[in-house]
Formats: sequence, structure tokens, C-alpha cells
Amino acid sequence: MNEPNDVSRRDLFRIVGTTLLSAELITAQDAKDAHAGMSMPMSPNGPKSLNGGPNYIPKHFNANRFKTLRHLGDLIMPADATSPAASEAGAAEFIDFLCSRNEDLANTFDGGLAWLDEYMIHKHGTDFLSSKPAEQTAVLDLAYGSRGGSPEVAAGGQFFTWARNMVVDAYYTSPVGVKDIGFMGNTIVPAPFGVPQEAVDYVLKRSPFGA
Amino acid sequence: MFQVQRSPAVHDVVVIGSGAGGGTTVKVLTDLGINVTLLEAGPMLDPQKDFKEHVWPWQVDHRGSGPNAESYFGKQQWGYWNAPNGYWDVPGEPYSIAPGDEFKWFRSRILGGRTNHYGRISLRFSDYDFKPQEFDGLGFDWPVTYEEMSPWYDKAEEFIGVTGTHEGIRSAPDGRFLPPIAPRVHEMLVQRAGKKLNIPVIPSRMAMLTKSIHGRAACHYCGQCGRGCRVAAAFSSSQAMIFPALKTGKLTIVNGAMARELLVDDEGLVNAVSYIDKATRTEKQIRARAVVVAASACESARLLLNSKSTKFPNGLANGSGVVGRYLTDTVGYSLGGSVPALENMPRHNCDGIGGMHVYIPWWELDKKNKDFPRGYHVEIGGGLGMPQLGSFRGAAATAGYGSSIKEAARRQYGTNVSFAGRGEMIPNENSYCEIDNTKVDRWGIPVLKFHWKWQQYEIKMVQHMHDTFTSLIEAMGGRGANRTFDPVASISKGGEIIHEAGTVRMGDDPKKSALNKWSQAHEVANLVVADAAPFNGNPDKNVTLTIVANAWRAAEHLADEMKKGNV
Repeated sequence: MNEPNDVSRRDLFRIVGTTLLSAELITAQDAKDAHAGMSMPMSPNGPKSLNGGPNYIPKHFNANRFKTLRHLGDLIMPADATSPAASEAGAAEFIDFLCSRNEDLANTFDGGLAWLDEYMIHKHGTDFLSSKPAEQTAVLDLAYGSRGGSPEVAAGGQFFTWARNMVVDAYYTSPVGVKDIGFMGNTIVPAPFGVPQEAVDYVLKRSPFGA
Repeated sequence: MFQVQRSPAVHDVVVIGSGAGGGTTVKVLTDLGINVTLLEAGPMLDPQKDFKEHVWPWQVDHRGSGPNAESYFGKQQWGYWNAPNGYWDVPGEPYSIAPGDEFKWFRSRILGGRTNHYGRISLRFSDYDFKPQEFDGLGFDWPVTYEEMSPWYDKAEEFIGVTGTHEGIRSAPDGRFLPPIAPRVHEMLVQRAGKKLNIPVIPSRMAMLTKSIHGRAACHYCGQCGRGCRVAAAFSSSQAMIFPALKTGKLTIVNGAMARELLVDDEGLVNAVSYIDKATRTEKQIRARAVVVAASACESARLLLNSKSTKFPNGLANGSGVVGRYLTDTVGYSLGGSVPALENMPRHNCDGIGGMHVYIPWWELDKKNKDFPRGYHVEIGGGLGMPQLGSFRGAAATAGYGSSIKEAARRQYGTNVSFAGRGEMIPNENSYCEIDNTKVDRWGIPVLKFHWKWQQYEIKMVQHMHDTFTSLIEAMGGRGANRTFDPVASISKGGEIIHEAGTVRMGDDPKKSALNKWSQAHEVANLVVADAAPFNGNPDKNVTLTIVANAWRAAEHLADEMKKGNV
């Protein structure tokens, strides 16, 4: 595929500005230009990071709670050899935005984060963010254990489920997550469509049908 | 004093509804030089503004959940990314359901209707589908044969563009096809599983352009047809039929026009359409020489039933009493399984066209001793799709927390292969809609009340689907089949597959049908119905291609009758 150039960009504006807005069918040539134009936001795969950084002003949470949420997200999905942690996927910013738009969600996260701090203060004398790393992971071990959560943290159970779901959701709907999972679509493919033989061979060899 | 505004001009033809049937009618009539006025209950469509094609999830703050986190609370009626299409619950437009019954009614309120987002699976009905009584004694014969309909299927396919191959299978008649599209990797596995089980898996028949026709661009294989296609490589009535018709100068579109009633003159002919102008909430009337109703099967029935007069006390064109009766939808059941052979597959772009590249046509037509009549086709899902909210929650749930989540997600991505059965429902006396005389919508129009019952035919078909899908998944070395299976609990709800049909049926006998073989009302010569309401059955082939073919045929006949002075 060709990288979009100024010509196709100009054509796109022309098409957007005139033809389609006047509710007409575009010609095949215009469509070809539009195809090229539409590839613009796709290449490269968006911004490297969606982390709002230290100066991010939360829409819903207070500064400390937001920091706690961002840190919790990075414990749920930490960096590994292949890809960065949840904060680079803007997980906390995503949850903050939706909490600012939905009261039920805000209650779940406000209540959950408050419960988590109370639990840690009661147990270790410090809130979650100020606790030692081993103390932090100990509560996650209880919450996300193989038996689906310990009774000791049952009161926070619903919050932990929401937190993991939304952190995972945020991760894979971000540029780092899309890259990590290896999604290669949402682009313009010249005809004819086909899949690489390498992928076919790999799967058939592993299947009951053999190569 | 309240006054109804009545336009003095008499329009040639007023078409009500702009989906597959209305769009086709508009195209055919304007091509023949007839002036058409189109009433659409929803707004105008602007593909550049309304279609979210190619947008990444992170390009919107809510990533697709809806601006108020709707998807997290089960309040999103339809995916955020899809083309503007309509809803199960339209604000201010309720409907009733008989106690104990279940039915979901999808309405679309936008130029192009459901064709902006639909699956675009384009299957011809077969010879026996038009003569089911003759075939096995169940259902109702159409007043049209496959041979009569075939040339109209040709026209429909050649115009909208349908992929496919010639296979010579009776349940899936061949058509005028564009080149097929190559299968994806999981679809190659399904092909091999089918071969082992003696089930045909053939290239899909879809209304996406594998080459450019009629000035529409060829597909660029982004797989996002459901979001609406800005370049109209995927068919929609709005872009492929109605926008070009505007260019002829023969078409006037009235948006935000909710049809309320058809008015008749002393001779019993329709002479005007009464509609609510939503913007001003006032009633307007538009006079017409002929009216084509294509508001979707149930809306069309509702409009006729609400059009009561001294001459038509049971509703317009309803002397037979069949309007609203014999409502059908497609029988739906889906099952997916995880296939280990696909784990960690080398990554590649498999977006292709939106939906399946291969499908399974009904393969047991000649089998004796089946415990259900007719059959179903199977749609196949899977592949390395664009990650969305929810895509990896299942993997995460098995992986605790920490780096194990990413490992599980990488391993499981693209391993799920799903099968969706789409089967034929036999029309029955207990599935119908009627006017609920106790309730009106926000426009003051009496609403519909639905009655719905599946029969044992459909329940038993769903059992067969489950057994087949389980066999296919297991043949691929997959797992995930549900062992405790209850077909009664697993069958789709009525209306859920969004293939409603049959509510204003056609026939040769005016005592048993509302329309003649040209979809023209027996009792009202200048009234035509052009959606799936005229259908006498709902075979296991999605309705849209047949809506287009039948509407095309009906429109040409209407034009002919107008030319002869009969209308």
C-alpha cells in the first residue's frame, strides 16, 4: 500500500467537502482517492502512549484516588518484555472519563477504591498507594486468586472484577494493546484478498487434518 | 383552528420507507422517468458524518462503550460503531406484546433503513421455497414461481453486486455473481471439517463489490461493512439507489415523515398519504396517483390496519383479514468453540469483507425421516478481528492478574470459531401482529401488539443445529460445546434475527391474500406493498435479495399499469 500523499489528502478534502455532503454517489476514481485518504489516521497506529502523564487533571477522581487507580491498573496489567503497562494504554484515564459520565460506575469505583484504602490502613497502617509492593500484591492475590476471590476481600469483589474488566478493555482498545495482540487490519487492502500461506501451514499442521 | 396541511399537487408515486424495498422502487421508477416522492420517518443520511468506518477505538474517549458507558450496563441497543440503523426500543414509539409471548421489534429510522448496516448475505429463494405446499404440504404457495422470479433476481444481483460461485445446489440457486473472496484460515478449517462430515462449505454470497460496478468502488477489505461503507462498496439502498435517483431530478425526499394513514376516495382508491411531520408535530397530507408501502413488514401492516374507512372497516386492502397475520422471522441459534490449532497463529490481516467468506447452504434437502421440515444455512464467524471492549475479558478471567493476562490474550486471540444457524420458520396462526387499541405512540398513531409462538418444527431444527455445530467444532479439534442444551431456551426470540416477513401476503385468491402476484392490493389497484410483507414464507435465505427482486418486479408492473392508464 502506498503511503498517503498530499494529492490524496487534497482529494479527500475535496470529496468530503463537496461530493458526499451533497448526498451523491462518488465515482470509482474519487472512491480510490478516498480509500487512500482514509488510511491517514491508520498509519502509524496512533499515538505511542495514551498516558496523560503527571499533569493529567482527572475528570472525576481526586488526585490521590486517580494515582491509586493508575497504579492498580499497572499491577493488573504490568509491562512485560513485549509491551508496556496499562498506564500507557490510558486505562485510568478511560475509567476516569466514564466515571465522570455514569454515576453507577462512579459509585463502583469510588466505593471500591475507598474500601481498598480502608482495608490497607486497617491491615498495614497505610493506604494502598503508600503500602509496600508485597502488601499490594497480597491483596490482589486474594482478589484474583484461582478460586475467584477470598472471603477476606469479598466486600471489594465486585470492584475488583470491574477494575480488571475495564483495565483489560482499555488495554486492547489502545495502540499498545492493538500492537501487542498483533491486530494488522483496519487498513486498505488491494484486491484480491488472501491470507499468507505461512499462517495456513501453521494451523493445518496443528489441526486434525494435517498439512 | 387546527388545520391539516394538504398539498394541492398530485404526486405520481409516493413511496413510504427507504430501505431495500423503498430504495429499489425509487430506483426503478425514476429510471423509468416517473416522479417519485419518498417519505422517510428518519433523518437524511450523510455517510461521511454518520459512518464510523476506519475509526480506532481510542479515537473516541469512551472507546465504543457509548458516551455514558452504556455498553457496561447493557444499555447499548446496538454496537456504537455500527451504521446509524435503528433500535429495538425507539423512544416514544412503543409496542405491545401479548401476555406470555416474547417478541422484539427492530425499527430503523434513517434514510436507507437497515440496508446501511445489514449483513448483506444475499441468497436466492429456491424453487421449492415458492411452492412449499407442493413440496411438503406445509406453509403457503406463492402466486409466483422461481422461474418467474429468476430474471428479477438477475437484475437485483447485477445491480447490487453479489459475490459467489456456481455450485448447482438446489437449496441455493446460482446467480449472476461477482468473483468470490478467498477464505480466511479458520474458514479453511471449517471447509475441511465439512468435507469430513459431508457438509458443503462454499464461497459466501454477499453484497460487497469484489470489483467495481455501476460507478461504485471495489471493496478495500477493511471488514467494517456493518459500520456503513463510505465508498458504497458494500450495498446500501441509500447510497446505491437513492442518492443516484436524486441526481435524475425525479426524486423528492421528505425526511422526518411518519406515515399515519392512507386515505381513500369514493371509488376506494388511495388518494393521499397522511403523515406526521416530526419536526413540527403536525399532520400533513400528500396527494398521490399511486402509493408504494415499504415501511418494513410490520410497519406496513400497521399502516394498512390503521387506515380504516367506511369502505375498508378492517383496514385498507384487508377484506381477507390476512393483514398482520402469518408473521415470520428466521430461526436463529449460534454456538462457538475454541480451536487450539489456531493458538498463536502467525499474525496477518484477515479483515476481508464484513462477515463470512464461506458458508454452509442447507445440505439435507433430500434426506428422509428428518424430524423437522425444510432447513437452515450456517454462517461462520472467527478470525483476527479488531480488538474491542470485551474482546479479552474472557481470557483475563482465567488468568488472575499480572503478565499472565497478556499471555492468555495472545494465545486465545483468534481461536474462537462460531456457527450461526439461520433456519426457516413455518408460518403459523399464533404468530401475528394487530393494532393495540389501547395505546398510541408519541405521534398519536395506534401501536402494534405482537403474538408469537414457535412450533416444534423450529425447536427440533435448533436441536439439529446444535448437534451439527458441535460436530463441526469437534472435527476441528475444538472444544467448548455446551453439554446441557435446551433447544426451547436456546432458540432466538421472535424478531431477534430481524427478518420479519409475511404480514401482507400475496396470493391468487383475494379471500386468502391481500396482494396479487405483482404485490398490488387486490382491492386497491393503486396500492403496492414492496418490502418483505408480501412474502408467503420465510425460507432459510435472508430476505433482502428477494425484497429487492420482488420490489423491482412490482415497480416495473406498476409503471406499466400507469402507462396503460389502469392506475
